[in-house]
Amino acid sequence: MVSIVQTGVANTASVAAAFERCGASVSKAETGEAVERAANLVLPGVGTFGAGMESLREAGLVDALRARIEAGRPTLAICLGMQLLCASSEESPGVDGLGVVEARVELLSRPARPRFGWNRVVPEAERGVIDEGFAYYANSFGVRERPAGWACAMSNLESPFVGAMQRGPVVACQFHPELSGPWGLDLLKRWIRAGVVAC
Amino acid sequence: MLTKRVIPCLDIRDGRIVKGTSFANLRDSGDPVERASLYEAQGADELVVLDVSATSEGREVALHTVKAIRRAISIPMTVGGGVRNVAHAQALLEAGADKVGVNSAAVQRPRLLTEISERMGAQCVVLAIDAARRGDVWEVMTRSGTNRTGIDAVEWARRAVAAGAGEILLTSIDQDGRGNGYDLGLIRVVASEVSVSIIASGGASMAAHMVEGFDAGADAVLAASIFHDGVTSVGELKYELAAAGVPMRMMEVAR
Repeated sequence: MVSIVQTGVANTASVAAAFERCGASVSKAETGEAVERAANLVLPGVGTFGAGMESLREAGLVDALRARIEAGRPTLAICLGMQLLCASSEESPGVDGLGVVEARVELLSRPARPRFGWNRVVPEAERGVIDEGFAYYANSFGVRERPAGWACAMSNLESPFVGAMQRGPVVACQFHPELSGPWGLDLLKRWIRAGVVAC
Repeated sequence: MLTKRVIPCLDIRDGRIVKGTSFANLRDSGDPVERASLYEAQGADELVVLDVSATSEGREVALHTVKAIRRAISIPMTVGGGVRNVAHAQALLEAGADKVGVNSAAVQRPRLLTEISERMGAQCVVLAIDAARRGDVWEVMTRSGTNRTGIDAVEWARRAVAAGAGEILLTSIDQDGRGNGYDLGLIRVVASEVSVSIIASGGASMAAHMVEGFDAGADAVLAASIFHDGVTSVGELKYELAAAGVPMRMMEVAR
């Protein structure tokens, strides 16, 4: 069972459809309790860093998310979801992120605008959940410096940035695995398997 | 580096794909779900789904078609046709769209772009501009190309990006469906005026046309007839574009 955090404005239908194509059953996680209990939890997200944190706070999900990620329980954060794991973002100065990843989110290229498209992802560590291939991105912001304790896969947009990172069954992708074709579906399957092994 | 994108477009009417010339004389070109799956397998980088009759018939795009396509594919999907408010945009995202295409309603009420962008982010807002050449300038047309607005297309692109459009789907009505290449002047002038991605549309029938579109400043190319009619496949086209030196996502890395 894969539970998807409902942040209100994310493309959760695409995320759910992708997991269903992987053969997983999908449910919604709308409360702190559901976030704590979920076997596999997905934190999707589109929109701004500030609005994303506000919706997590309003739904009372902040502590539960922090706890399960600190405990190394199977969690997949996508796009804005990955940014929300970080301490802060240039996009919303003064707003604290979940802070489970020691990193700051920065504007990747100026002027600020969504950069759409497929970019190569190259893992730095030996094979984990994140494989080499092309991933679909739709973002303006991202993490440039590799956070300590995470195995990173890098992409390049004028300069290198963290395309995805993994710590056990906790995976965060700046790209959209659910929109990255067969390569993305394989990543989702490996993440589910990583969770089974870890539990 | 981001690769350039090749985007098949499904023009839908009553649950079937249709295609015409300069937005008229529509003919049946097949089942949207089958086509979407085929194009994904061939390496399509995204899909655009437009309900071509939604605005002119005063209704919203069929959500069940969007849902059926989403169940079949895992590449980005932009859906447009008759989008008039945030609630409708939200309904499209919930049905499986990743981006919402807005056209006529934004011309009437540009604030619509701001409202969708504030709620869902600029990356969800694709402004479709249908432009017709008038000498050295281009006029914005609405309602599937049937209505003249008197608005300059370049000026509209600039205002729309300021209002919240994250990407522009730029269609030349004069070239649409004719297969003799994009209106390169239109692409050049809009790309030089705005910083967002431009999807070139209307008139391409071969890789050489698309290379011209990229050279003129497009980040992505959209085509319909050439794929529906089997003139070429997405895979063959991308192979030719890659051979011509255009950065492409090729499928050999898929495992």
